[in-house]
Amino acid sequence: MTGEFQPGPQPEPQVEHPDVIFCPDGPMLLRGDHVIEDEDGNAHRTTRPVSAVCRCGGSMIKPWCDGTHKLLRRSSRD
Amino acid sequence: MLTPHARGALSHAVLTAMRSADTSTLAQAPQAESAQDAHLTLWALYEQHYRGFDDVAGELEWDPLLLSIRRKLEQDFEQTLRARIPQFPAPGNFAEDFFGFVADFDGASLSGHVQRKATKEQVCQLLRHRTVYHLKESDHTTWLIPRLSDRVKAAVMELQFDEYGAGDPQRLHAHLFRRGIEDSGLDSEYGAYINEAPLEILEENNAMSLFGLNRRLRAASLGFLAAFETTSSAPSRRMAAGLQRLGFPASMVEYYTEHVEADAVHEQLAVRTICGAFLEEEPQLHDDVYFGAWTSMDLEARYAARMLKEWAA
Repeated sequence: MTGEFQPGPQPEPQVEHPDVIFCPDGPMLLRGDHVIEDEDGNAHRTTRPVSAVCRCGGSMIKPWCDGTHKLLRRSSRD
Repeated sequence: MLTPHARGALSHAVLTAMRSADTSTLAQAPQAESAQDAHLTLWALYEQHYRGFDDVAGELEWDPLLLSIRRKLEQDFEQTLRARIPQFPAPGNFAEDFFGFVADFDGASLSGHVQRKATKEQVCQLLRHRTVYHLKESDHTTWLIPRLSDRVKAAVMELQFDEYGAGDPQRLHAHLFRRGIEDSGLDSEYGAYINEAPLEILEENNAMSLFGLNRRLRAASLGFLAAFETTSSAPSRRMAAGLQRLGFPASMVEYYTEHVEADAVHEQLAVRTICGAFLEEEPQLHDDVYFGAWTSMDLEARYAARMLKEWAA
């Protein structure tokens, strides 16, 4: 013991919890309930706690992400 | 569910003791005869912590002799899994490195075969094997939750809540699978097909329970989750196309199309808000995250290789 004050467990730091997250080289994550209008004017309501919106343009289930960005990124890297 | 058929001396001794509720004979339990014998025994011991068996007393979940056998089998299994790992990326940009690590994995895959060439009989066999896990989908990850910090715990719950249908039992993933299995004319009773599960399926299920039930292996469990989610969207799309080609009912197809969309979300959450956040707090467990990820991909590839060989595909 050094006799110095030993701090107890520190409270966990304030954590960010954004409503929208832009994933690098990936989709936009949306937290909560939203209605998204696509390029053709069709409305799509979110159905899950977090939704992933396509940003690469390659998804086959737009406006939602289906992971296709990974293939696009791969072919541009190769 | 009733206890499965034994696959050797150890599983025979353990299952007999479990059914009779007299475990005293297990003080001198026989050695496992084979990997199948060991893994069926381990699977049955783990199953006591999930839904259990209709022919085994609930008290045996915490029977010391059964737990000591489980511990020995777990140690052997963990050693086997650790002996299979490759070189992992050094700590850096975790999300980028992790997605790259998964993309570079080169192993057998079943979804392409199902999409283009598989027969209906082959796909039914595959679905029967999948029931062992999919009827309790995501439950192994739920074991982890009390073992995590506030931040990582909330992040895992955000993903798990979707797995469990956001509170709607009709949308719970295991329930979607059950409905598809019933509509496909297969038996949706929990554990119905355990006796035909090959070694690789037992290993896959046991790895999930090993990582989920041991707090020490929480990082491996998170890594397993992340790799599982990251390798799901595109294969699920191919599965859905194959099921459609073979005329499977809409509910079975929808189980897989749901996973195309859901797992494109889950992979981001699992890699970024879950594993990424976890490693900021416990960076010393970096390699264990990759250990879990590798195990997830490697065990699935071993299963795929086995089935493709069996089907001469």
